[in-house]
Order: sequence, then C-alpha cells, then structure tokens
Amino acid sequence: MNFQFPDLTPVLPEAFLVLGALLLLLIDLSIKNKNATAFISLVLLMVTGFTVYSTPSGVTFGGMFSVDAYSSFFKYIFILSAAMAILVSGRYLRWRNEEHGEYYTLILLSTAGMMIMASAADLITIYLGLELMALSTYVLAGFIRGEVKSNESALKYFLLGAFSSAFLLYGISLIYGLTGITRLNLVASAISESGLVDNPVLFMALLMFVVAFGFKVAAAPFHMWAPDVYEGAPTPVTAFMSVGPKAAGFAVMARVFLVALHSLQADWTTVLVPIAILTMAVGNIIALSQQNIKRMLAYSSIAHAGYALIGLITGTSAGISAMMNYLIIYAFMNIGAFSIVIILDKGRVPASSDRLDNFKGLAKTHPVPAFLMLIFMFSLTGIPPTAGFMGKFYLFMNAVEAGYTFVVLAAVFFSVISAYFYLRVVKFMYMEEPEEGEIPAASMSTAPVSITIVLAVTALAVLLIGVYPEALLAMAKNSALIF
Amino acid sequence: MLPKLFFFYFAAMITGLSVLVVTRKNPVHSVLWMLLLFFNIAGLYLFLNAEMIAIIQVIVYAGAILVLFLFVVLLLDLKKEIAGEQYTDIWSIAVSLVAGLFLLVIITFQAFEIADSEPVMLSDLGQPDAIGRMLYTEYLFPFEITSVILLVAIIGAIVLAKRKLKE
Repeated sequence: MNFQFPDLTPVLPEAFLVLGALLLLLIDLSIKNKNATAFISLVLLMVTGFTVYSTPSGVTFGGMFSVDAYSSFFKYIFILSAAMAILVSGRYLRWRNEEHGEYYTLILLSTAGMMIMASAADLITIYLGLELMALSTYVLAGFIRGEVKSNESALKYFLLGAFSSAFLLYGISLIYGLTGITRLNLVASAISESGLVDNPVLFMALLMFVVAFGFKVAAAPFHMWAPDVYEGAPTPVTAFMSVGPKAAGFAVMARVFLVALHSLQADWTTVLVPIAILTMAVGNIIALSQQNIKRMLAYSSIAHAGYALIGLITGTSAGISAMMNYLIIYAFMNIGAFSIVIILDKGRVPASSDRLDNFKGLAKTHPVPAFLMLIFMFSLTGIPPTAGFMGKFYLFMNAVEAGYTFVVLAAVFFSVISAYFYLRVVKFMYMEEPEEGEIPAASMSTAPVSITIVLAVTALAVLLIGVYPEALLAMAKNSALIF
Repeated sequence: MLPKLFFFYFAAMITGLSVLVVTRKNPVHSVLWMLLLFFNIAGLYLFLNAEMIAIIQVIVYAGAILVLFLFVVLLLDLKKEIAGEQYTDIWSIAVSLVAGLFLLVIITFQAFEIADSEPVMLSDLGQPDAIGRMLYTEYLFPFEITSVILLVAIIGAIVLAKRKLKE
C-alpha cells in the first residue's frame, strides 16, 4: 500500500475556517456578551479571506479539490456576504431573545461548505460541500424557534432541499455509471473518448443536474420554496442565503457544465435558455403583487438568478466573467436592501414588520435610510450610474456577442417590468405620507454601528462599481480564464 | 438466468413495498412496511457481493433509523392522523408527473452502457477493511467533510430542539 499523504496547502482556508468555527463553539460557552462572539467570527472570516488570497493555485486530494482564480473569486463573495450577514444580525436576534453563539458557528460552517463547493473538482466533493452549506442554512432559517413562520421556513427549505439533493445524487450516479469516474475533467475526457455525447442517459443526468442546481439558485420552475423560506427566515439569514448559496450554486453549475459536460454545450444551452426566460418572467411578474418587502425581494432574487443564468448560457469565458461580476454586485445591492429592512424591523411586533407600507413617507421621517434604499432600488432595477446597471450591461453585451439576442431582449423587457415594483418602494418613501400611528421603529441614529458599516460599504460599493467598474471587471475576467 | 430472477424479485418487492409505505393511512403500518423495504434493499446489496453495505443497511436503517421513526410516530396523535385527509388535491398531477418521469427513465435507459472502467475487485467491495482503506486514503477529503456535516446536524438538532421556548 503506497499512500502518499495529500498536500494540505490548497485546503488551508477551508480547514482554518472549519477549525475556527469549532473552536468558536467552545469559546462561546464562556462568553456572556454575544457581540464578542460575532466579533471573533468576523476576525476568523478576515483571516480566512487572507489565507484565500495567499494560497497558491493547486490541486490536491487526487484532483478532488482545486484552487484557482475562479474558486478564489467566489470565495471572496462568500466571505464578504457572510461577514455582512454577521454584522447585521446582532440587534435582530437580541430583539427576539435568540442571541446564541451557535448562530455564528453555523454561518461560518455554511461559508466553509460554499468554499468547498467553489473549489470542488469532483462530483462527490460538490455534493458534500452542497450538503454542508445547505444543512447549516436549514438550521439558520429556523433559528427563531418561537416564531411559527421561521419553523415553517426551515421545514420547507429542508424537505425541498433534501428532495433536490436526491436529484443531484441521481445525476451523479448516472454519470458514474456511464463513465466510471466522478472527477470533472476525467468525466469530460471519458465522454468524448467513448462517444457518449449523444447518449440519452447522459442527457438525463444533465437534466437532473439542472433540476438540482436550479433549485439551489431558485430558478423557475424550481423556485416555489424561495418566497416562503425567505419570508419566514430571520431577515439577516434571508440576506445571507439570497446571496451566498445562490452564488455557490452558480459556481458549481458553471464548473460542472463547462468542464465536465462541455461537449454537451448545445444540449444544456437548449435547456437553460427557456429556464432563464421563465425565471425572469416569474420573478419579475409575481413580484408586482407582493405586499411584504421580504417576499418582494425573494421574487426579485428569483429574477436576478435569471439574469445571472444568461452569463452561463453564453458558455464563454467572457460570459462567465460577466456572471461572476453580476453576482458580486448583486451581493452588495441585495444585502444593502435587506439591511434597510432590518433597520426598519420592529422586533417586538413581528406581525407588522416587513410590510411594504412601512416604507410610506420614510423620506420625511428618516431621510438617510430612505436615500440609501433609493440607491439599492435603482441598482436592483439597473439604472445608471449604479452598479446594477454595469452588471446587467456586461451580461447583456456578452450575450449579444455570443448570439443570444432574443434572450437579452426578453431580459430587457422584464427589467422594464421590474422597474415598477422597485420604484414603487421609492414612490412610497418619497411621495406618500406616513401612515397614521405607524412610526418606523428605528432610524440611522439608533441603528447599531455594525449595520451602519454594512450600509456604508454596500452603498459605496454600489456607487463606486457603477462609476468605475474596470477594476472588478478585470478581476472577474482573469478569474474566468480557466474556461 | 438465476441472478436475473433474484434481481427481479428484489426489484419488484422494493417497488411494491415503497408504494405501500406511502399509501397506508396508518403511520405505524407505513413504518412497518418500510422495515420490510429496508431488508429487501439489504438483500439487493448482498446479491451484489457488498456484504458490508448490506449489514450497515440492516443495522443503521432497519435498526436505528426505523426505531427513531417509530418513536416519532408514537408522538403523533394517531387518531387525528387517520381521520384527516391523506392526500392533497393535486395528487393526480403528482402521480402523472412521476409516471412520466418513470417512463422517460425506462425509455432512455435502453441506451445505458456501463463504463468499462478500471475493474473494482468485486470480492473486495464487501470487505470492511477495503472500504476503510479507501475512506482513509483516496476518499479522505470527502470523509472529512462528511464528519463536519454530521457535526452540523448535531448542532442543528440541539439548537432547534433543546433551547427553551420563551413564554
């Protein structure tokens, strides 16, 4: 038996984060002030971010795990969204008497799962990373134990998530049966060598992958869970899972489709084009009738999955870079919008929180949050000079260059529709009077410093990327070069 | 011929028992049918020369998990369960969707060809030490991730179930 111990350098960031999270679980026992736990978890994330930066590219564990610019780019997105989610969590949990250290441990472990997904070069690793991420998020969704909606959210997410995992496993087993291997690059060569391209079983496997990943990124028609889960979960968790797991889903999707199944590109584009259009349609049209801001943002997040899919459909390196660029911009604007929702949270009267009507007259009572919300809504619509415009612009440009003009036309059409519900929030804030007896719970002055930091960072990022997108674009372009 | 006969026996049993599990009105009956289902799956593993996996199937699934299931069922209000509606209104749509998928699988699987990959020693497959060696060498990384996943499950169970509910 000659077994060589694998090189551990490439997995250093993940190993550090997991060990750190476990240590935090222990230390937390002796910490009374949970703000300290949150602070330690932020430090852990920062150090992880630094190790991601300093880890050289490489492959380890017999090719199951690969570190490259592509995976590192996604890891930054995950770490950033986790850090911002932690920053906005404290007061929300405290107001519900649910401040526990395990919350932060679970966010860290979920982030570790996403990082494993981004680096996974083997179908087994992909599945396990996905389960680690998902299982932690299920628990986080049900974290407010006394609220029925939170319970419902966790249960729905868990049952449907387990269902979608079964599809993924079925797809993996079909691929393994056909090729005898699970390593992504070897699957690709096995497919071309044994002439499996036209095999209908391989196409079945492809469909299974589309179902499973479609569920994770909440693409229609696999989006049904998203509104209920997003509405019921604690708002900081909603902010986290509408960004991190979604980006992780796209990271894996691009790698599986472009590396393992690249010879089936014609097939998966045919499957994904109608899904992308349907996703944009469902997300943008149903969002029009929502009265709850979290449900509205849930449908908006479905719609944005549709836009990001356009980048994947092009199947080119440039298209993937536009998708990555869009995902990071989406992370900023979406977490920003959710932070405003958290600021307006009333905590002690959960029934009247999160109503869209709470935004009425906000500009008069609280001008600063109203203005920030205006920026995020403009960005989500895609109005220049915000980052959302730049993100969409590069996505659409690359898709047109790759010959998908009709998809872009549909996307532009649905973007116009989306303006109605995004700008309705703006109209509520600036053109209507506050409701009688409804005083929004908080303002910028009473908001905790941590939320202020997140708002400042997200708003600045949205404006800065909107004006000067070159640096981010160059980084995304470099990271997508592996395809 | 004989292997095929065995396979079809187990396959038919598994399919039939699965249908019984989801169609029984009394949850206790469902769980007991599931016990039989697990034994049949174990039989299929045994038939593939995977004794180790067959034994794990019996000990873990038929033994541990099923007992847990029974405990959960005992916590239910059985009379209420039986009196209530068993299916939602859209069950016919669901059945036709599943039937369609099943048909699709049958049609496409005519083209299934098993890869002539490096031969896995069939006699090795059932050996605990062969499985252990693989887990600790070639599949060390997935093995480690699995351990973290199990830990998350434990943390999650404690977080969701053990904390006191506020009044």
